[in-house]
Amino acid sequence: MALLEVTDITKSFGKTEVLKGISFSLEKGNVLSIIGSSGSGKTTLLRCLNFLEEADGGIIRVDNKVLFDSNTQHALTDAEIRQNRLHFGLVFQNFNLFPQYSVLENVCLAPKLHAKERPDYKTNAKEICDEIEAKARKLIDDVGLSAKCDAYPCELSGGQQQRVAIARALAMDPEILFFDEPTSALDPELTGEILRVIKELATREMTMVIVTHEMQFAAEVSDQVIFMDDGVIAEQGTPDEVFVHPKNERTKAFLSRYNNQ
Amino acid sequence: MDFWTITQELLQGFGITCLLFAMTLILAIPLGLLFAFCSMSKFSVIKVPTKIFIWIIRGIPLMLFIFVIYYLPSLLADGNAALNIFNTIDLKMTMAAGSRELLWQGRFLAVLIAFVINYACYFSEIFRGGIESVSQGQYEAGYVLGMTKSQVFFKVVLKQVIKRIVPALSNEIITLVKDTALANAIAIPEIIKCAKDMASSQALIWPLFYTAVFYLLFVGIVTVLLSRVEKKLSYFKA
Ligand SMILES: Nc1ncnc2c1ncn2[C@@H]1O[C@H](COP(=O)(O)OP(=O)(O)OP(=O)(O)O)[C@@H](O)[C@H]1O
Ligand SMILES: [Mg+2]
Repeated sequence: MALLEVTDITKSFGKTEVLKGISFSLEKGNVLSIIGSSGSGKTTLLRCLNFLEEADGGIIRVDNKVLFDSNTQHALTDAEIRQNRLHFGLVFQNFNLFPQYSVLENVCLAPKLHAKERPDYKTNAKEICDEIEAKARKLIDDVGLSAKCDAYPCELSGGQQQRVAIARALAMDPEILFFDEPTSALDPELTGEILRVIKELATREMTMVIVTHEMQFAAEVSDQVIFMDDGVIAEQGTPDEVFVHPKNERTKAFLSRYNNQ
Repeated sequence: MDFWTITQELLQGFGITCLLFAMTLILAIPLGLLFAFCSMSKFSVIKVPTKIFIWIIRGIPLMLFIFVIYYLPSLLADGNAALNIFNTIDLKMTMAAGSRELLWQGRFLAVLIAFVINYACYFSEIFRGGIESVSQGQYEAGYVLGMTKSQVFFKVVLKQVIKRIVPALSNEIITLVKDTALANAIAIPEIIKCAKDMASSQALIWPLFYTAVFYLLFVGIVTVLLSRVEKKLSYFKA
């Protein structure tokens, strides 16, 4: 049974149809890469899945539970949307760390706020917070930044900021972690450190969806690749199928543009 | 009259100046925040009237607005500006207290209303600018981490907004210190009114110039406090 099942997602902005029926499914522990030219709708797809945009049509299921179904009448309430988002984590292209908080605080903030809703929070506040902090330190250590726990985002390089952003997303224990071009805002010499962290997560069976322009990396890390073109999935399959033996003409054209660069 | 008597008398007026300053600040900030949210509302029934109201208040002189608040309710009530309701409050309070000292409280209320509304409008524009300058990405980063709208506003956005608006807010607050002098348009005995009274009753003009010292000291203190706030928020870039 697939962990994530996306069926026929559509989305328009005014008259422009950006997603024209996207369907795919993702097994637990697998990594899916989404490639495609600029404007093909990759970001919009991730935003719909994370409820930053509401899809016009389609169904989103996680673990067989329906999170979104455009056929049911009622619009999702804020509380339901929040509940749905907890299944997912999202790492942005431009990090979006909270500038007024230190690295440790960035990672702890959401878990601490979330813990306040626990029934035992009042009696165990201290222990719960200590636990969250210990876990945050572990995550920060995992991305290689234990020396920077008390630094502020403005004191970090882009690559370091993005690693904090990954730790911050992981701190909420998402079932699926989404990345939207996690290395595009970085100097080329800094992309390696991010890609290493993502690979490390892949070996630990983290379920991930990665929008990327790093073809080499996508080929190495993914179990499944989707090539998006103009709001549809033009081709999908294993890295070998998509990168080495593409069938679709548009995939071939896209890849040859990359290989010639 | 010697220097100390005059200083003491001016200090009494200065107390009223400070009271007007402090109460305006305390009340105009929350009201300004409310106006800011209304002017950013997605419902145009709320947004458009708020924007028009802010445009009007910012467009007319504060002195004129003080007169409007002072006279308009009485005119609307019985078409007779001579029976001013704020003066009636003055009289009632004076009788209740049995002292002529408090003969300005009703009019102070009129001035306070005018100041609070006027400054709330100026503050709201500053707040709106500050809130809109925080990138959408900050909100979205909070949302995808499962925060509620109010958590995102109070825990993520607010401090960044404060950092950005402190300079503009400082200017406005310093202007407020000096604008309190407008209260003497309806004879509130703030410091300049006290000095003017001395000029006419004692034929002394220098106390009027002497008031500058009070304003300068006050503005000096306010400036130091605000630059402390600014410094405190300088540890991060936003
Ligand atoms: N909020 C919006 N309002 C209107 N149009 C939008 C909006 N967001 C995206 N679009 C349009 O949708 C299309 C797809 O955009 P999207 O950002 O999803 O592409 P992308 O595949 O992520 O591209 P890139 O590789 O450049 O990031 C574009 O034509 C874009 O102009
Ligand atoms: Mg994009």
